[in-house]
Amino acid sequence: MEISFKNVDYTYQPNTPFEHKAIRNLSFKVASGTFVAIVGHTGSGKSTVIQHLNGLLTPTYGEVSIGDYKLTPEKKIKNIKDLRKRVGVVFQYPEHQLFEETIEKDIAFGPKNFGANEEAIKERIIEVMQSVNLPEQLLTRSPFDLSGGQMRRAAIAGVLAVDPEVLVLDEPTAGLDPRGQRDMMEMFYRLHHSKKLTTFLVTHSMEDALEYADHVIVLDKGTKFMEGKPSEVFLRQKELNEVQLDIPEVIKILFKVKEKLGISLSYKGQSTYDLACELKAALGGGSTNE
Amino acid sequence: MKKVFIAFRNVSFRYGEEYPWALKNISFEIFSDEWIAIIGHNGSGKSTIAKLINGLLLPQEGEIIVDGMPVNEETIWDIRKSVGMVFQNPDNQFVGTTVRDDVAFGLENRGIAREEMIQRINDSLDAVGMTDYILHEPHRLSGGQKQRVAIASILAISPEVIILDEATAMLDPKGRHEIMNTVNEVKNKHHLALVAITHDLNEITQADRVIVMSEGEVWLESNPRDVFSRKEELQQIGLDIPFIAKLADDLSSIGVPIKNQPLNHEELLIELWKYHSKM
Repeated sequence: MEISFKNVDYTYQPNTPFEHKAIRNLSFKVASGTFVAIVGHTGSGKSTVIQHLNGLLTPTYGEVSIGDYKLTPEKKIKNIKDLRKRVGVVFQYPEHQLFEETIEKDIAFGPKNFGANEEAIKERIIEVMQSVNLPEQLLTRSPFDLSGGQMRRAAIAGVLAVDPEVLVLDEPTAGLDPRGQRDMMEMFYRLHHSKKLTTFLVTHSMEDALEYADHVIVLDKGTKFMEGKPSEVFLRQKELNEVQLDIPEVIKILFKVKEKLGISLSYKGQSTYDLACELKAALGGGSTNE
Repeated sequence: MKKVFIAFRNVSFRYGEEYPWALKNISFEIFSDEWIAIIGHNGSGKSTIAKLINGLLLPQEGEIIVDGMPVNEETIWDIRKSVGMVFQNPDNQFVGTTVRDDVAFGLENRGIAREEMIQRINDSLDAVGMTDYILHEPHRLSGGQKQRVAIASILAISPEVIILDEATAMLDPKGRHEIMNTVNEVKNKHHLALVAITHDLNEITQADRVIVMSEGEVWLESNPRDVFSRKEELQQIGLDIPFIAKLADDLSSIGVPIKNQPLNHEELLIELWKYHSKM
């Protein structure tokens, strides 16, 4: 679904001493099928932005459009349940929200709430277990018997079971070991493409934003600081440092190679191995010019 | 003087009789004044180790010695005076309504006199750079600030070892950086041992020694340089090496000599410069 923010403000506890403007004059537009990364340091407004995507919050000013749904300060959205069915949100540490006796029941909770019939739910459960790489035998087990990584997958399966068109991920790899992190991101990337989802990833990992996103939105103090293709946005090291963000390691090392060794290589999404080959060629060729 | 501060001797632990062993016959020593990183896949037993050190859990087999005392029900209260722990979620460890009250909590529990208490609160908040926040509400601070207050609370009781159990996992990169700098300063100034349980690969590079856990066993004990020269093996047990180590590994596989396993950008650039100047 196409998603846009038009001059959106969001204020927590307005007209009280605790009034806090979390988003100000935020505008952006994302085409259906885009993988978007939202980055920004703590308190930049990332969580407030994503809570608008399924109508948990409605703007204090401006307009949010999610496909045909419009969120405005004036009127309550009528079919909010339908919006929530189409926008799946995986909150931070989603495994904390598991509550049923078995994984099967936990996954079934969402689709049941949205009125799916028993047959359809059974089919969905089998499908989403495959999507998150959990063996079917686990279905009858208690979610609390699983390892941390498996618990998180089970919780994500519950979100996918509703068959959303938009998937919102808030720091989905926090607390996982390095392989768990990579497997989890690969899984979302695969789902994004196979289900033709529009994906929003809130992350502190510039590496993940660079590797998986088509578009990155950088927030600072509740407003848009910059946006664009990750491979272009992450070249703007000075500006990003100003808002307390860093750039991905691979771009950082290329900058340093240029600064210290005078060799200019550009990042085009090449693997570490290809980069090593380019570096070798450039370093070896350097001697003939000096 | 280098002395053994924590020793695990043939320790095995499981969470219940029907559960598998979380730790299987593990032994290692940690010296006072040392920075140890403990890494391992989810479920490898890292956090269990932390909880055994201060007696939150007691092992079924083997022996744990902390500060010369075996950890058991009689000694845990003494041991907890010298072992401070910072957990992953900063919101779970606050009790006071102000930063000052929160730091005072541990001191009150130990019956410290008021005069000394005030001194210790001021000193420990100063050590973590949070003096300006003394009357703030802890839950309104940023994640990095909260963890710094948690560290101050621990410093106030002057422990001999600080255990960070994934204490930076919920922070943004800047918050992580702040905490590790704070911890490093505190460690050097107060001559503490530091045990950092972490998934953050770059955090490991600062440690003196790394204990790598896998499937409840000590898989490797070595320095960061050596650990990061074992890419394939680490990947097999669910871990990884930092980007710089990966690039160095690929460079060396295509014939660029990298003699000293680089831990950071500067070290890699030196190796590249050496190669460049020889061509």
